[in-house]
Amino acid sequence: MSASGMKQSRLAFWLFLAPVLGWLLLLIVLPHLDMLYMSLRSGSFSHPGWTLTNYQAFFEEPIYWLTFARTAGYAVITTAITLVLGLPVAFYIAKVVRPGLSGALMVLLLLPFWVSELVRVYGWMILLRESGVINFFLLRLGIIDTPIEMLYNDATMIMGLVYTSMLFMVVPLVSVMESLDDSLVEAAYDLGASRLCIWRTIIIPHSKPGITSGCIVVFMLSLGNYLTPNLMGGKNSLWFTEQIYNQFIASFNWNQGSAFGFLLLALSSVIVWAGLKLTRQKLGEVAS
Amino acid sequence: MEAMTNDLSLRSLTKRFGDFVAVDDISLDVPTGSFFSILGPSGCGKTTLLRMVAGFEEPTSGTISIRGRDMANVLPNERPVNLVFQHLALFPMMTVAENIAFGLRRRGVRKDESRTRAEAMLERVGLPGYGDKRIAQLSGGQRQRVAIARCLVLEPSVLLLDEPLGALDLKLREQMKVELKKLQAKVGTTFIYITHDQSEALVMSDRVAVMNRGRFEQVGTPQELYGQPATPFVARFVGDNNAWAGTVESAADGEVVLRTDEGFVFRARGMEGCGAGSRVNLYLRPEAMRLDPKDTSNLNMFRVTLKAILFDGANSRLLTVTEQGHELLVRLPQNRTFDNLEPGREFAVGWNPSSGICFVEDGADCRGLDGEDA
Repeated sequence: MSASGMKQSRLAFWLFLAPVLGWLLLLIVLPHLDMLYMSLRSGSFSHPGWTLTNYQAFFEEPIYWLTFARTAGYAVITTAITLVLGLPVAFYIAKVVRPGLSGALMVLLLLPFWVSELVRVYGWMILLRESGVINFFLLRLGIIDTPIEMLYNDATMIMGLVYTSMLFMVVPLVSVMESLDDSLVEAAYDLGASRLCIWRTIIIPHSKPGITSGCIVVFMLSLGNYLTPNLMGGKNSLWFTEQIYNQFIASFNWNQGSAFGFLLLALSSVIVWAGLKLTRQKLGEVAS
Repeated sequence: MEAMTNDLSLRSLTKRFGDFVAVDDISLDVPTGSFFSILGPSGCGKTTLLRMVAGFEEPTSGTISIRGRDMANVLPNERPVNLVFQHLALFPMMTVAENIAFGLRRRGVRKDESRTRAEAMLERVGLPGYGDKRIAQLSGGQRQRVAIARCLVLEPSVLLLDEPLGALDLKLREQMKVELKKLQAKVGTTFIYITHDQSEALVMSDRVAVMNRGRFEQVGTPQELYGQPATPFVARFVGDNNAWAGTVESAADGEVVLRTDEGFVFRARGMEGCGAGSRVNLYLRPEAMRLDPKDTSNLNMFRVTLKAILFDGANSRLLTVTEQGHELLVRLPQNRTFDNLEPGREFAVGWNPSSGICFVEDGADCRGLDGEDA
């Protein structure tokens, strides 16, 4: 390539990269720098200056770190349930049905995401509340005498989170399973493997990159979700994002809220890192 | 030959997919310890047949029995047969040793024991010390051997091979043919090998079944298939053959006198139904024709012109054409008499009446050259 051609392709490279870098800088880096600055400043007007008290508060107040532990624990459970449900669904779409039908099934899977999350959560509430559709039919059929409150508990909340995250698990799983050679499954079957054993030794090891990327996305989305836990969870089942919201909006303590935001980022990164270490994977391999 | 036991017996095996009959009423016995090939063009039903034996397809009707045991309702993971897949289907997520030990582990053999047996098997297929390699590190021929080792370590009654040499390049394929045959002789396991490549089938097999449109056209030794084809399909499919359309003038004692459409009058062997007046196709091998023979008594003679030399070492042939424009392949003799040939040269060609075979016309196009390379 000539020198000018080289220059031109370099220019094109930076031209295409510029919007991405601009986006990262303006929407991710700058706000976070500002939040980092705020989290390290004292909130009181009487003693302004640098301080670590905002971070200290998280570890000293059990309600804060307990909420975080709870949130992280439920996010892990949500991820695990989504994975267990997503694996057979993805296998069915990628391998069992005709190729034409698998496209249609993907569209069906995608369709609920046309509707905003808020509306979808309200849809669940219409189904599940005391005067809701399910209770109405259960009463009509005489299965129960008094309506059951199915909303505002942890199980319902996790169900809602699983529902919200399903697509983000199934899509990477389908794409990774499509690349699985059918004859590998048949070969394992031919060599004496049972169905369960084929899953364990062939399908899951092959799908590992998809499983990891799906799990990271679902975990992060669940951890950072605000709407679903807020609307479907009980009053005593606080999600960590609600703590952040409360600090910013209710208490108007932006410094404390910023510190929480940073802690959420740091702790979730640690959990993902630990998960990758445990399964002996690298982030780069997952993304490729 | 004394009475032998059969490792595989098929009785009236049929498989239909809707209206399409993939395998049509096939019966077959494969004796213990033999190398048996099923040879046929793609789409002839040979893969379906193999998959039914492996258990991946359910027969529409008929029975499969392996060493006398009926295989109906026996799942693939419980059958005493193993399949070497067309693209080998080695597990890329495992090492070579793990691949070979896979079947043993599924049978509950302990880890160290199965590892030892995998290593021993690797030695047997000529890959000692390859156990810890990844599949991606192996060459095509090595993968081939690992795929076979992975099946043989389970000591199956029958080893099924689904065109496993198809993905290899020509040189390696030639080499693997010989290796496979040697390996089969060494382990003594019954091999059932399916292929569309007639040279693979002829070189390796004890017996070959030629399959076409879901049926066996002929089952026999490679020599029988080549020398005494039972049907015109076999004559065309196995080996190179020149074909000539003509009409029988007279027939007696299995020998016919026919007049080809160009007007040559030849004597040849006549198969069933080749009575006087019937339309027939004459098949003549390239090596049956002698160029400029000194002794022409008892030979069918005609003249050709050389069109091109198809040089291929010991298998070189001449593309010749008769005065009427009928193209014929003639084997180039290896005695160096014809070293300096130029296109346009004329030859007298002679052939023995016993080497030409006539079949009643079966509707296939026989005007040009019929090879298997289509």
